[in-house]
Amino acid sequence: MGLLTFKGGIHPPHAKKATEHLPIVDFLDPKVVEIPMRQHIGAPCEPVVQKGDYVKVGQLVGSASSFVSANVHSSVSGTVLDVKKQDTAYGYDVVVIIENDGLNEVHESIVPQPDFNTLSGKEIIEIIKNAGIVGMGGAGFPTHVKLSPPPEKPIDTIVLNGAECEPYLTCDHRLMLETPDLVIKGLQILMHALNVPNGYIGIENNKPDAIETMTKAASGTGIKVVGLRTKYPQGAEKQLIFACTGKEIPSGGLPMDIGVVVNNVATVATIGNLFNTGMPLIERICTVTGKGIKTPKNIRFKVGTPVKTLIEFCDGYNGTPGKLLLGGPMMGVAQMTDNLPAMKNTSGVLVFTPEEAKLPEPSLCIRCGKCVSTCPAFLEPIQISAYALQNNYDKASEYNALDCIECGSCSFVCPANRPLLQTIRVAKREIIAKKRK
Amino acid sequence: MESRLTVSSSPHIRSTETTQKIMRDVTIALLPAAAFGVYNFGLRALTILVLSIVSAMAAEALSQKIRKVPITVDDFSAVVTGLLLGMNLPVSVPLWLPIVGSAFAIIIVKQAFGGLGHNFMNPALAARAMLVASWPVEMTTWTAVKADAVSSATTLGILKEGLNVPVPSITDALLGTIGGCIGETSALLLLLGGIYLIYRGVISIRIPGLYIGTVAILTFIITGFDVQTTMLHVLAGGLILGAFFMATDYASSPITAKGQVIYAIGMGVITVVIRMYGGYPEGVSYSILLMNVVAPLIDKYTKPRVFGGAK
Ligand code: SF4
Ligand code: SF4
Repeated sequence: MGLLTFKGGIHPPHAKKATEHLPIVDFLDPKVVEIPMRQHIGAPCEPVVQKGDYVKVGQLVGSASSFVSANVHSSVSGTVLDVKKQDTAYGYDVVVIIENDGLNEVHESIVPQPDFNTLSGKEIIEIIKNAGIVGMGGAGFPTHVKLSPPPEKPIDTIVLNGAECEPYLTCDHRLMLETPDLVIKGLQILMHALNVPNGYIGIENNKPDAIETMTKAASGTGIKVVGLRTKYPQGAEKQLIFACTGKEIPSGGLPMDIGVVVNNVATVATIGNLFNTGMPLIERICTVTGKGIKTPKNIRFKVGTPVKTLIEFCDGYNGTPGKLLLGGPMMGVAQMTDNLPAMKNTSGVLVFTPEEAKLPEPSLCIRCGKCVSTCPAFLEPIQISAYALQNNYDKASEYNALDCIECGSCSFVCPANRPLLQTIRVAKREIIAKKRK
Repeated sequence: MESRLTVSSSPHIRSTETTQKIMRDVTIALLPAAAFGVYNFGLRALTILVLSIVSAMAAEALSQKIRKVPITVDDFSAVVTGLLLGMNLPVSVPLWLPIVGSAFAIIIVKQAFGGLGHNFMNPALAARAMLVASWPVEMTTWTAVKADAVSSATTLGILKEGLNVPVPSITDALLGTIGGCIGETSALLLLLGGIYLIYRGVISIRIPGLYIGTVAILTFIITGFDVQTTMLHVLAGGLILGAFFMATDYASSPITAKGQVIYAIGMGVITVVIRMYGGYPEGVSYSILLMNVVAPLIDKYTKPRVFGGAK
């Protein structure tokens, strides 16, 4: 298979060496977990347990309050210490704090699912919905919503994102190497549920071992493993679909508009595991790394484990930390504290040294056009940003600000260190607010 | 530690490329041809180059001070402007001329419009055009390369006027042992510099390639498929210097890919028209300046097709 890709994009340093060869290590017995009621895009959950309750592994602790929302379950067995508001990656929000008794007593409801081939699509999606599965690549979009396109949008292709184009992160890489069968099984379940003939797994070619392993695991299933050129943002939904299928999602549209559903490999592996064991989404793998971490690791952890604890598991900070990110360096979100829980969509904990955290001084735009030639959405970031700075959001909208996928390539490449994406975000917010009016 | 964590919006890493590095690369790319100019025309050429660079830097610092904006002489952009202007002067100009030219380029063309990135014309070229208009004699007096030669017309001048002087060979034009402005004669070293800039990702081949290509093809057709004349038109004038180093000026060229194509072909056509049918033997400066002026308009009408937009 030739190397597929998209137009534009950048080549940031991979910075994956520290962890790409490290097998996943388990850290499954935190003393306490803090389980946020909102770990996804959409409405927060309603807590269904109270202080003092005894809960078991896999037991529902937060119930989805609307369709676009996702249940949350206890990742340990033990006593609910409190239900209160505290810092989370999504702001000051309700969490259920559970003291782990270390017994890992599994809730009665957790039993292996029947063979997926005997289930209807509706039943499968219901199981996924109950298990609180969300996009584990970063955004945390509830998976059952993605799997429920309106009837007039028939789906014929599922693309799995194994690109892991964010620098530093290696958790998806390790997952594909260590549990390829779960990925394949999960994908087969989804293909069956949506009655879809085409399944693709897109992997960047800086992970030849993962391509090989997945190809082997996929043999005889009809699933195609696709090697992609290593380039950021290869894993962005629109770019990934284009690279795998050659189809462009219309501007302003969704993958389902062209019959495609995209999922992250970790999400799908969790679905595979769900059908094998009945266990909802209570564990995941993340990469804790960066120069600010003593011993970088790929860690399998229980959802709700405090980030601080994960860092301690990596022998702590390497000197004074300068910046702490959840996610990768291109799209991750900087946090004010390490005193918050790691969640379903925490793919990485990245710590910079104070030196690396220094903010670049912007200078005058030299109109080099590099932001234009790298934008994978074919926008002119320089123009949108300039209009945003003049508060001229109508003009910014004319330059298609809303098509920005917020990949950050423009800011990365700008030799004048212009805050391009930052200002484009403001423009997007204003344009959307105006549309709502 | 809590309070010391930096919080900022993504992306959290930046490429190592900076304005300074880009401008330094342009300077490096120009140096071989400039050095050859000194070899070719003597030490006076060096004096002129140094004068124009130093006065460009001084003008930059001064006008930034007056405008009360950060002084950025260390970003090499004034160096590039000064060097380019010097390379675009004949060696015989009076020594005050590069100073006036650099001051005009920086103060009027660049800083008055808002500084780096805001000039709508290439400052060095605009200054050169001003000098030619104000001091036509000084700006078009060509000194002989070799001490014993008497006349010293430029190659394109000879071709244009049909002077009764031997036309230089293509090898001379390539190496640069011919008459002309200080830094424009060595096509070979300028090409080398251009390739360096492409290799470093500072410029793309699009503008220089299409510009030179258009000039070559049109000249070839108009001269009735005369290879010799076509080669001289490509190599002996200011085309190589202009195409790689001045037409590619970021601020005054279009930023969209389609726009750059139109811009480059436009310059090619205008250059050939001036050279063949206009009053001057050389048309590179004016064609670049003309297309500089319409570049914003070109940008406006060549917005890229957004991903997933109608093809
Ligand atoms: S990359 Fe930066 S300097 Fe270059 S055109 Fe874009 S905003 Fe201007
Ligand atoms: S404008 Fe948006 S989509 Fe384009 S490079 Fe910048 S962040 Fe990425």
